[in-house]
Amino acid sequence: MATTLATRRPGGRLRLRNTLTGWSFILPNFVGFALLTLVPVVALFYLAFTSWNVFGAAKWIGTANFTRMVGDASFWTAFRNTVYYTVFHIPLTLVISLGLAILLNQKLRGVAFFRTAAFFPYITSIVAIAVVWNMLFSPQYGPINQFLHAIGVSNPPGWTTSGTWAMPAVIIVGTWREMGYYMLLFLAGLQSIPGELYEAARVDGANAWQRFRNITIPSLRPTTFFITVMLTIGSFKVFDLILVMTNGGPGQSTLVLSQYIYQKGFVENQFGYASSISIVLFAICIAITIFQFLMNKRRDA
Amino acid sequence: MAATIVTSPPAQLHLSSPTGPRTRLRGWRKILLYVVLIVAAAGVLLPFYWMVMSSLKTNNDVFTIPIKWVPDVFVWQNYVDIWTKADMATWLKNTMVLSVAVTALQVFTGSFAAYGFSKVRFPGRDVLFLTYVGTIAVPWQSYMIPQFILMSKVHLSNTLWSIIALQAFGAFGVFLMKQFYESVPEELSEAARIDGLSEYGIYRRIILPLSVPALASLTLLTFTNTWNDYLGPLIYLRSPELWTIQLGLRSFISQYNAEYALIMTGSVLSVLPIALIFILGQKYFVEGIATSGLKG
Repeated sequence: MATTLATRRPGGRLRLRNTLTGWSFILPNFVGFALLTLVPVVALFYLAFTSWNVFGAAKWIGTANFTRMVGDASFWTAFRNTVYYTVFHIPLTLVISLGLAILLNQKLRGVAFFRTAAFFPYITSIVAIAVVWNMLFSPQYGPINQFLHAIGVSNPPGWTTSGTWAMPAVIIVGTWREMGYYMLLFLAGLQSIPGELYEAARVDGANAWQRFRNITIPSLRPTTFFITVMLTIGSFKVFDLILVMTNGGPGQSTLVLSQYIYQKGFVENQFGYASSISIVLFAICIAITIFQFLMNKRRDA
Repeated sequence: MAATIVTSPPAQLHLSSPTGPRTRLRGWRKILLYVVLIVAAAGVLLPFYWMVMSSLKTNNDVFTIPIKWVPDVFVWQNYVDIWTKADMATWLKNTMVLSVAVTALQVFTGSFAAYGFSKVRFPGRDVLFLTYVGTIAVPWQSYMIPQFILMSKVHLSNTLWSIIALQAFGAFGVFLMKQFYESVPEELSEAARIDGLSEYGIYRRIILPLSVPALASLTLLTFTNTWNDYLGPLIYLRSPELWTIQLGLRSFISQYNAEYALIMTGSVLSVLPIALIFILGQKYFVEGIATSGLKG
């Protein structure tokens, strides 16, 4: 395929030279990448079948870790919470970031400022924003509940101190943080739609909603698809935000998979068991990615 | 696999001068749009405003009913006290060292490898690249344990080197730079080859000068990413003298959990360098996101 040009020329010498040149470019990065990414990914599949705490040696125990996982209530809690986060975070972020992108795709004075403002939370540190939001969410004196009181909510939620409201609070902050990033991607998608399509639709008498429904949405499909894949992977690995905001609590109400891996591996030193939970996370992300690609292909065909 | 879809956002974007669907709004619709945008922007930025204002209050004024949007007196002293109450200098220095080292390595090895992937043809290249892209779909949290064991075996854990090693060789830089190089016309390198320039010469004298905007994007994205990273340092940097600003801030919060104003002061200081970089280089951030669509 891509190699035809080089291979068809007489003699394998050029081909060999190209191979060596190509590898010489890639090597400085590849050495680090192979040692620190590929090797660990492969090693994971061995570790998951062992029992290993830091001091002893790894001992092969077959599928025992996985059997243990099936009966591990905390694992299932973490699993359910991760799904909870994902199911709300994805649609919320999609709708808000698309809405922002459409608003900010206008010819307007100062539009650059608004784009910058929306993107800003994404590049600021999680620790700082988590602590700020925790204060904003503070049940008694926090600005959010003061606002809710002011508009007549007599019994506002306890947010991060309440088992029911901690997860919604985390989802709100996660969405607030990421929407600007996905807005930029949607904006890029919007700008690749030819303006003539809208002109033609307008001539045919289509109203704004019909234009949105029949031109914008279908034209954005590749972008939406890509964003959904990224959002899914992002939601399944959510961790830092939760660790700093709620540390999984109250109780286990915001415990998620990544955090459970961290806890088993680095706090309780059960490397083997933590690795088998990692395999589950790994498998979910890969499966979802492949599934979404297949769906996308089928709709393309 | 991901490579095909990832290219969907067009490589060259000029977000400042939109070409897509747009309408010139007039009259009340324009005013309405501005109102919506101003409310939305205020909503998005409010937590930052609150952070900065609280950092200038006395501790008792942070939480009041009703809220004080502007402090009665501006307590600049908070910005003096924080340096003695917390080890800010060490944390900032460590974070700076890490961010600079990681960024330099990422930009150099990433752009170099991207040249091999996009401009040199050799067997196995596409499969190799697919491996790179594939790892982007694998969450880091799923292989952080074997990686940690490996780093411990070579005695790099609890050193700054561990963070440098594990963040400098990511697939992200390779990916972003390759996306950019693909947009450089092949004729340019062909012409240089005929003139007798080696591949290294082409990279150095033709491609690098052309890719300054992409290099700037990669630099900014990598720098902010490393600056803001929490989980990596949390796992690897155990000794307090190695802590980054994120770890330091976190420990400061648990140690002085009632000193709300000072906590906000520390938060402002941890965000400030990134905010400055962001304001200076926002054009490149937008470009980097639009060309790569990937981060974190």
